[in-house]
Amino acid sequence: MGLAKRIIPCLDVTNGRVVKGVNFLELRDAGDPVEIARRYDEQGADELTFLDITASSDNRGLILHIIEEVASQVFIPLTVGGGVREVDDVRRLLNAGADKVSINTTAVLNPAMVQAAAGRFGSQCIVVAIDAKKVDNQPFEWEVFTHGGRKATGLDAVKWAEYMVSLGAGELLVTSMDRDGTKIGFNNPLNRAISNAVEVPIIASGGVGNLQHLVDGVKEGGADAVLAASIFHYGEYTVKQAKEYMAQHGIEVRL
Amino acid sequence: MSKINIAVVDYGMGNLRSVSQALEHVAPGKNIVVTSQPDEVASAERVVFPGQGAMPDCIRELDARGLRNAVIDAAKHKPFLGICIGLQMLFEYSEEGAVPGLGLFKGNVKRFASATMVDAHGEKLKVPHMGWNQVYQAQAHPLWCGIEDGARFYYVHSYYVQPEDEAVIAGFSNYPGRFSCAIAKNNLFAVQFHPEKSAQAGLQLLSNFVNWTPN
Repeated sequence: MGLAKRIIPCLDVTNGRVVKGVNFLELRDAGDPVEIARRYDEQGADELTFLDITASSDNRGLILHIIEEVASQVFIPLTVGGGVREVDDVRRLLNAGADKVSINTTAVLNPAMVQAAAGRFGSQCIVVAIDAKKVDNQPFEWEVFTHGGRKATGLDAVKWAEYMVSLGAGELLVTSMDRDGTKIGFNNPLNRAISNAVEVPIIASGGVGNLQHLVDGVKEGGADAVLAASIFHYGEYTVKQAKEYMAQHGIEVRL
Repeated sequence: MSKINIAVVDYGMGNLRSVSQALEHVAPGKNIVVTSQPDEVASAERVVFPGQGAMPDCIRELDARGLRNAVIDAAKHKPFLGICIGLQMLFEYSEEGAVPGLGLFKGNVKRFASATMVDAHGEKLKVPHMGWNQVYQAQAHPLWCGIEDGARFYYVHSYYVQPEDEAVIAGFSNYPGRFSCAIAKNNLFAVQFHPEKSAQAGLQLLSNFVNWTPN
């Protein structure tokens, strides 16, 4: 047996609380981040991702405090993203206890920052998050968006993924904005195109509504890890149930 | 100043908080110090030698702080745990940047041959090798105590060690071929995976290290 596919619950954090929206809008409160992190760890989560979804300067200290508290109690990898603008933001998050830092909008505005951060801290802790949407008005299928999905960039998501890896990204978090919050499943063609194009692991994100979607994400989308939020936050499924289901469908997981 | 029970060697390459927090969790009441002072490394009862990033940078930063001799001395004489690049640096030579290591073990550090690697379903295997893989115990050792053979530990790396002397191999994983993930010799144990991020199995290994009295 070898490397297990990972299940990563994602905690969208704003003002110190975990929330979940539909297509990046309509936020609902889902609880205390430290409590939720501890629960997922007990259920066998392979990693946790925290996205600081408002990430204005006034709540930056709050997420650092949350990460410090989680990191002192939960001994699995923690990824933090949202509002990471400079190399010093990466340093602060790592020092607070994050193992990886996810960079999204800044990667588009300033790709050199990805290179600088990977050079300084190592590719293993630099995740580039790609928010992609299917488009009809471009010579490619999926376009990169920034600012929480509000701004089009004109970039081809697959080419962008390759470029980010060439600058030192150690992992890619690929979110389909068409699917996020919809519960109709990952965008597997998008994930497959990116997974085939790069050497580094990819995390599929956006759209999980049931456990079969996780299986499809691995088998059809070629994802190395699957990320989900709402199916876990509202108690529809536990992480353990998700892993058991994946194992029954021939996917190697850590049980 | 009170006696240092565990020194975590800090040579400025990234974040050692995970390592020190996990040690504090398994060794409450012990004096655990993250330090870049050679004399503190020399006086500590046990030494943890972590590492992340690229090996050439790690070696350079280690030397810049004058830590090389203190680390080599600790690796020879007191309970010593290397983690990730802290394992790789113990070897003679790394393909990463073509640099010499500390040379405590004969053998090289090699990169996964990513282009040729596929899993049982024909899927491309990614590099870095990132995630939870099974660790098989190649020999009985006090640091494996209470850990199931084949337990999963968390990895993130693109390079692995290839020791010349197979007798030092304490554990291996498959990706897709077998690679050495744990090395043991006398007072020294070193692992490629991250025990500080490996949930219960990892905490057990750290607890075993904290309580280890090598013969």
